[in-house]
Amino acid sequence: MKAILTLDNLASGLVTTIWTPVFIAIFLAIIAYAFWPRNKPAFDEAAHLPLREE
Amino acid sequence: MSQPALSKSMTSGESGLAVVFAITAFLCVIASAKALDAPFAFHAALSAAASLAAVFCIINRYFDRPAALPPAEINGRPNYNMGPIKFSSFMAMFWGIAGFLVGLIIASQLAWPALNFDLPWTSFGRLRPLHTSAVIFAFGGNVLIATSFYVVQKSCRVRLAGDLAPWFVVIGYNFFILTAGTGYLLGVTQSKEYAEPEWYADLWLTIVWVAYLLVFLATIIKRKEPHIFVANWFYLAFIVTIAVLHLGNNPALPVSVFGSKSYVAWGGIQDAMFQWWYGHNAVGFFLTAGFLAIMYYFIPKRAERPIYSYRLSIIHFWALIFLYIWAGPHHLHYTALPDWTQTLGMTFSIMLWMPSWGGMINGLMTLSGAWDKLRTDPVLRMLVVSVAFYGMSTFEGPMMSIKVVNSLSHYTDWTIGHVHSGALGWVGFVSFGALYCLVPWVWNRKGLYSLKLVNWHFWIATLGIVLYISAMWVSGILQGLMWRAYTSLGFLEYSFIETVEAMHPFYIIRAAGGALFLIGAMIMAYNLWMTVRVGEAEVQRPVALQPAE
Repeated sequence: MKAILTLDNLASGLVTTIWTPVFIAIFLAIIAYAFWPRNKPAFDEAAHLPLREE
Repeated sequence: MSQPALSKSMTSGESGLAVVFAITAFLCVIASAKALDAPFAFHAALSAAASLAAVFCIINRYFDRPAALPPAEINGRPNYNMGPIKFSSFMAMFWGIAGFLVGLIIASQLAWPALNFDLPWTSFGRLRPLHTSAVIFAFGGNVLIATSFYVVQKSCRVRLAGDLAPWFVVIGYNFFILTAGTGYLLGVTQSKEYAEPEWYADLWLTIVWVAYLLVFLATIIKRKEPHIFVANWFYLAFIVTIAVLHLGNNPALPVSVFGSKSYVAWGGIQDAMFQWWYGHNAVGFFLTAGFLAIMYYFIPKRAERPIYSYRLSIIHFWALIFLYIWAGPHHLHYTALPDWTQTLGMTFSIMLWMPSWGGMINGLMTLSGAWDKLRTDPVLRMLVVSVAFYGMSTFEGPMMSIKVVNSLSHYTDWTIGHVHSGALGWVGFVSFGALYCLVPWVWNRKGLYSLKLVNWHFWIATLGIVLYISAMWVSGILQGLMWRAYTSLGFLEYSFIETVEAMHPFYIIRAAGGALFLIGAMIMAYNLWMTVRVGEAEVQRPVALQPAE
């Protein structure tokens, strides 16, 4: 029986090649989201969340 | 049967769970009768008794409760569910003392081997997993469940999802601990570090953990607060990742369904890699992500200051998630694991410096404008010192993952010292701080019974930690250097027993440190007990169960 997960396998080869840039792109997008100026007021409010609950 | 005005009937959860437990009890009796080994018979009988008790409790609770289930809100304000949190907080303190005590016993056995009494049940090999599981999973786990159920309700401004489900989680989890712990004493183990419980305990934990995930998720889904607070992200990452790790590391084939012994599906180096992928992420997601959630909620709350940088907390979270999962191979340096995999693990471990210290800075700087409180509030001091220990042990860890450092440190007491600076200093102190906050809040008390006793606890435990970790550093480096010392003729300079002899004084100092840590925890247990028993009740506002500020 042929193993499914080999480096010869085109699909897994593609996945093992592109996951690094994909993950880096996702992470950069998260950083952009965190520092996006328009999000700042919402984050400042969220930082107070433990203090303003009833 | 008492009949209130409203027609009363069992919920589908109550009747369903009662039936399931009744069938389980029956099956467990059969398993006990057909058991191939004594520990399995004992565990099957224990499970049968627990299942019957569960059926009794569910039916009894049904007869005792009013027709309507507790409302989600009273007078437009959330009616928080504190019962399961109280249970978990109590169990955390109980298992904490048990786990610290067993730690002290095995530390003393290392210094004075006669203390194993030549009995199989009290031998080091069986008590050691009992200690690690009791402190990590029983103490730490109950702290995480208690605080997560509290934080998710408060920060979502909604009652905990489910009626019986939260109780199933807290009691079911503690039954898992009981099964695992008694199994170790009876010699039942699959010999995977931090994953010692055998297949049937693993299956039970899987069911409980999925219920935990569902309760937590369902509470978040019905939240009244639009934003999901960062602590809930950390809790969710902890719950999801532990589920994945548990399933990945534990697939096993039992020799018989009526016996305790099983064989793990993975073999050879794949098994080792799975084990340390699991083992290191148990550190990363159980002992770090979950307790960081505590940091992000309890420190702002106690210091009465907002989180220093919410932006940083988002980056902290995602960087930790992206990096931690790759660090496991640093446990397998210079083994049959491919060299590139070892280097990969080392590289990711070093990169972890950044999120770890980012998070530490975020926790510490939350005290901006409130530093004076460290002088007057020993609970806050405990929380803040825990974050300092977090910074220290997450500096040391990546350093030890560097191959040349690891070649000296691995297999020595240095590792034990590193683990305990994280476990006692970070996880222990942040848990103590959280429980000191949580107990007055959930029992509706104005404050703790005695802040003076917290102060005593803080200093005694800190002294214990310092003795413990400094003894293990010296002992570990000494041990590593003695192992690699050669004579001018190229022979090893020391025999193994000479290194053991050299470590003896440090073993005694370590045991003394552990004893101080245990004494501190006993002071804490007394303090919390008195807080609940004689503490002044918080003035009732329209809704029950308000936190004491």
